[in-house]
Amino acid sequence: MQSLTNRSKMVSNKKMSFVEKLYLPAIFGGMLITFKHLFKKHNTLKYPEQTKKFAPVYRGQHVLKRDEEGRENCTACGLCAVACPAEAITMVAGERKKGEESLYREEKYAETYEINMLRCIFCGLCEEACPKEAIFLTDRLVPSQFERNEFIMGKDRLVEDVNNRIDITARQLTGKRGEI
Amino acid sequence: MDTGLFLEKLILVVILFAISLGVAMYSTYLERKVAAWFQDRVGPDRAGPWGLLQPLADGGKMFFKEDFTPVNADKWLFIIAPGIAMFVALITSAVIPWGPNIFLFGRDIQLQVAHVDIGILFIMGFVSIGVYGIMIGGWASNNKFSLFGAIRASSQMISYELAMGIAVITIVLLTGSLDLGEIVKAQHGINWFVFKQPVAFIIFFVCALAECNRAPFDLAECESELIGGYHTEYGSMKLGFFLFAEYTNMFISSAVIAVLFFGGYNFPGMDAFTGNWLALMCVGVFFAKIVFFIFVFMWIRWTIPRFRFDQLMHLGWKRMIPIALINLLITAVVIAFMEGWFN
Ligand code: SF4
Ligand code: SF4
Repeated sequence: MQSLTNRSKMVSNKKMSFVEKLYLPAIFGGMLITFKHLFKKHNTLKYPEQTKKFAPVYRGQHVLKRDEEGRENCTACGLCAVACPAEAITMVAGERKKGEESLYREEKYAETYEINMLRCIFCGLCEEACPKEAIFLTDRLVPSQFERNEFIMGKDRLVEDVNNRIDITARQLTGKRGEI
Repeated sequence: MDTGLFLEKLILVVILFAISLGVAMYSTYLERKVAAWFQDRVGPDRAGPWGLLQPLADGGKMFFKEDFTPVNADKWLFIIAPGIAMFVALITSAVIPWGPNIFLFGRDIQLQVAHVDIGILFIMGFVSIGVYGIMIGGWASNNKFSLFGAIRASSQMISYELAMGIAVITIVLLTGSLDLGEIVKAQHGINWFVFKQPVAFIIFFVCALAECNRAPFDLAECESELIGGYHTEYGSMKLGFFLFAEYTNMFISSAVIAVLFFGGYNFPGMDAFTGNWLALMCVGVFFAKIVFFIFVFMWIRWTIPRFRFDQLMHLGWKRMIPIALINLLITAVVIAFMEGWFN
């Protein structure tokens, strides 16, 4: 039979030679190998004290961005929800009232916006779909919880704090939208 | 009875007991560390500096676990089994000569709890009783995996004890004595038996591995098929006793290997010292040898995969015993020749 790769090997069922039957040479060889490992550098990361740096393109917990004036970017167009393969996003749209111009950038905004972090597969398609550069994935881990419904994150946890912006420059697609 | 002698033995027993437990405790720590090093990991390092308090934490955990007895288990046997295992593991240390005599308070103190003329027989006897702990434990649990483990353990021990005994006989032939003290004295300096009897040493060592149920012969408790074997149903400190007995066994086996083949407390250049200093150094050297052999036990465990059971039996009956017998025969002939039997 022709093999698909050149990595396949014939199984050999040859009888063990006398030296092999003694086991000892093989055992000493094995012990030598393990002994060499005694002096190798270990790869352990002492977790709580040391943490690993995430790759710049790491896809973690989402953030709903505000613009420079602190207004929410999202206009509740629903494109992210449509794009989401896991159907993790739901929202209810609302109309911006007079006097709320400093809160929402567009005339229509999301009254509620929820992502179910248990459904989400962190594919980042919502981020790609968004025409308003409102939703981004960040390098934050979704915190563990005791209750399932704690994982359904509303706007209180998704929208970034005005005074405590979340840096997404590594994933910032501003100006590159057209190229994608 | 001489009160001084009584006191001296009592103190020695207590010290020995403490040392055996301490060594067994820290063997668990060493085992994890060694395993970690061999696998390029760090091992336990959270409890105390370098994780040195880990055994205490483990012990504490063991005590607070639920002490569970299966409904259909034979209660009495279930409780007595870990006790037997522990008792047998600890008692063998009584006949091992830990060092030459020490002079303290005007007394000539022997560093051996019981000077038995047939020390090596005593050890072999008790080691074979050790299988009762495992057998009874596996039987009383009323669990098929436990029973499998127990049966495997007993057949394995019986098979390997034969070869082990023959290897010991070769040493006894060389010294003409069953007394462990005499055997050690016969290896003064660097005159160790391992150089005269390398084959017997290898056989004895392999059998010791098998007797201690250590990898690659840990078929009695192989996790992957028997989920722990004879101690599957055990929990809390009863399980702790079994594990402790295993590590104590390892300690004693290392000591016996050191005594029989590596000169016990003898070391080259020991004639330059005398008196208590010599005794102290001897004890130190002896313990260094023991720790080294414990390390080798672990080294082997983390290197070699487990044997299959038929391979194990094959190795025991068809390889070890014939080789041991031939070795014995050759030794006997050589000794007879040297003593001039053929003239
Ligand atoms: S990352 Fe993917 S799965 Fe998660 S919400 Fe966005 S589109 Fe849906
Ligand atoms: S996050 Fe973006 S895509 Fe989703 S509803 Fe808001 S504006 Fe639309």
